[in-house]
Amino acid sequence: MKLQKASAAAATALVIALTATACGGDSGDDSSGGDGGGKITIGIKFDQPGIGLQKPDGTYAGFDVDVATYVAKELGYDAKNIVWKKAPSAERENLIANGDVKLVAASYTINDERKKKVDFAGPYLLAHQDLLVRADDGSITKAEDLNSKKLCSVTGSTSAQNIHDTLAPKADLQEYAGYSECLTGLENKAVDALTTDDSILAGYAAQPELKGKFKLVGLKLSDEPYGIGLKKGDTELKTKVNDALKKMVSDGSWEKAVKANFGPAGYKNEPAPQIAD
Amino acid sequence: MFDFLDSGQYDLLGAFWVTVQLTLYSAVGSLIWGTLLAGMRVSPVPLLRTFGTGYVNVVRNTPLTLVLVGCSLGLGQTLQFTLGGQDFKSIGFRLAVLGLVAYTSTFVCESIRSGINTVPVGQAEAARALGLSFRQVLTLIVLPQAFRSVVAPLANVLIALTKNTTVAAAIGVAEAAALMKKMIENESSALFAVFAVFAFGFIVLTLPTGLLLGWVSKRVAVKR
Amino acid sequence: MSATSVLYDAPGKRAKRRNVIYTVVFLVVFALAAWWILSVMADKNQLAAEKWSPFVKDSKVWTTYLLPGLGETIKAAALAIVIALPLGALLGIGRLSDHAWVRVPVGAVVEFFRSIPVLMMMIFAGALYVQFSNVSSDLRPLYAVVTGLVLYNSSVIAEVVRAGILTLPRGQTDAAKAIGMRKGQTMGYVLLPQAVTAMLPALVSQLVVIVKDTALGGAILGFADLLSQKDTIPANYGANTIATLVVIALLYIVLNFALTTFAGWLEKRLRGAKRSTGAVLGADDADQANAPGAPANASGA
Repeated sequence: MKLQKASAAAATALVIALTATACGGDSGDDSSGGDGGGKITIGIKFDQPGIGLQKPDGTYAGFDVDVATYVAKELGYDAKNIVWKKAPSAERENLIANGDVKLVAASYTINDERKKKVDFAGPYLLAHQDLLVRADDGSITKAEDLNSKKLCSVTGSTSAQNIHDTLAPKADLQEYAGYSECLTGLENKAVDALTTDDSILAGYAAQPELKGKFKLVGLKLSDEPYGIGLKKGDTELKTKVNDALKKMVSDGSWEKAVKANFGPAGYKNEPAPQIAD
Repeated sequence: MFDFLDSGQYDLLGAFWVTVQLTLYSAVGSLIWGTLLAGMRVSPVPLLRTFGTGYVNVVRNTPLTLVLVGCSLGLGQTLQFTLGGQDFKSIGFRLAVLGLVAYTSTFVCESIRSGINTVPVGQAEAARALGLSFRQVLTLIVLPQAFRSVVAPLANVLIALTKNTTVAAAIGVAEAAALMKKMIENESSALFAVFAVFAFGFIVLTLPTGLLLGWVSKRVAVKR
Repeated sequence: MSATSVLYDAPGKRAKRRNVIYTVVFLVVFALAAWWILSVMADKNQLAAEKWSPFVKDSKVWTTYLLPGLGETIKAAALAIVIALPLGALLGIGRLSDHAWVRVPVGAVVEFFRSIPVLMMMIFAGALYVQFSNVSSDLRPLYAVVTGLVLYNSSVIAEVVRAGILTLPRGQTDAAKAIGMRKGQTMGYVLLPQAVTAMLPALVSQLVVIVKDTALGGAILGFADLLSQKDTIPANYGANTIATLVVIALLYIVLNFALTTFAGWLEKRLRGAKRSTGAVLGADDADQANAPGAPANASGA
């Protein structure tokens, strides 16, 4: 009897919770991913300067944001009809598979493991693993130099694994939960270099407060083709997004977005990657 | 579904071994520092009482992630405390133990204080009537009885500590949660299986601890 | 409070003078340490004005990042507390049941949920909501976080309540039986109110744990709580990581301090002037965590 009571109470509590949050929560739109509502939901990073960043005034900025905005426009959605959604790395596949977002543009490297769950349009940017060092430090010129250096990256990230497994197994690698911790270590001279995709590094180095303090080394330690993630099997959408990306490159908007977001860091971008059909 | 475990790419046992080491070192450290803190909080010296109270209130109210990141970024990278470690791996491990001890000891301290609470007033009064000093009252009479009544809450603290070691991944200690992050990065098609593996690992670590210490707590409890 | 302690005699003249010396020496050492830390930080450019000034000058740091984050944290914590407290009490009572078919499964549930890191439960809950409900994706992180917190904390609270009931003198049950109360009445009118009052400090510790554990869902589930702002703010204001962490830590400390202070006040009101076992410590000293099953913190992950 008591057990019944307990489960009944649990159920009641849950119902109360549901109604309470339903009232208190953001009353956002249907967020079904876009169809019909006249809105499109796109997953981006919220904390990567230059890529996808939530600005103090509540707007979003970065290269991924610019690309996504352009693509959305080509798909028929105005900038004001885009709902931006936070897409943490571990959640990206889920967000797409659940239909929570229509597209994900969140420094999303195309690889075979991910292709099992989602489809990719693009690539729209070919990033490379690179190093960010203090502006007056010229001691790193090739990957082998790293073996005697103190490096910093994000716990478990592909870049950290590359350093560990192949690039410089002897390097002293500090791993943190986020890039900003690494950047503080770099500033304090506790680490010699921060390593991850050059696009992310360029975004950090381009922050006005940090201008002139750090520089990119320019080693292409890996290839990271960024793609726009979308639901598996939705070839129609994939074609449309690819067409939009091609148009973005050909009309010069792509070049402009790269310059605007990464330019200040002295990031030498490559020409736009060939977009697969 | 679990075939990623067979690839030999992941050292699951090694990662959990680091978890166990973190837990053991931190447990010993927190027990010592927590007992000292409890002693401070009931001591006759007002300064020690103030320090103990302030320390517990500040550290206990801060999320562990912040305590650990503060240890690594503040103590390690800014103030250059290396604790004798040679590379980031050993420094990170030692700083993680330091942070876990600093944090867990507040809970140990509060548990012991509640244990002191369960000792009847007469015990301390009788001890003082015999002319024992504060230190003698505490170490000979009160604490031995207090410890026996707080085995169960200390077991809770130990279980929580075991699970809290996962936060050390935030400062790059290669324990279970760090390996889990690596798997999440590489095995995006089998996320659920990854989580299941680690949940199981922690059940294996904590369930026996809880049951064993629950039994011990009944054995050693002071019958009143 | 020293007056009420039975652990030592009231300090005499010499002890008082010694205490003053201790205090002065401690303060000097403390000040030196603080000065050294600050000078090293200044040396490493961590005290530079541009790293700290956003928190004073730019109100948008607060309105865009910190306050919404704080709001999410409070929302999740409040929901988890409101659900976990009654559920935990029921589980605790269930574990004391005379019927094995209630006692055993409830015990298994409690032991099980106590063992799994909270983050795992949040992730599983999130996955379940995707599979078996149509909760909108905006609310799903919140639901997942609250569910994980409720499952873990209600089992800890169950242990606290159970311990509280067990520490009550047998006479209470006997007296209730003697005046003809049924089992449910004994529990509801006699045992539970006393147990909850006695266990209040431990319960409060657990509430603090709930507030802090809301931060676990940030990185993986994308729950925009207070701690998750440690990534967005330095990304906007030039890697002022240390400054951001300090501000966030202060917010947590203030929030939790308010919670513990309120609970301390509540406890005093409920306990009244009763001279309980707390006499060893003195009444106002017996604040936190005084019971078996008490302050199991768990930042699972």
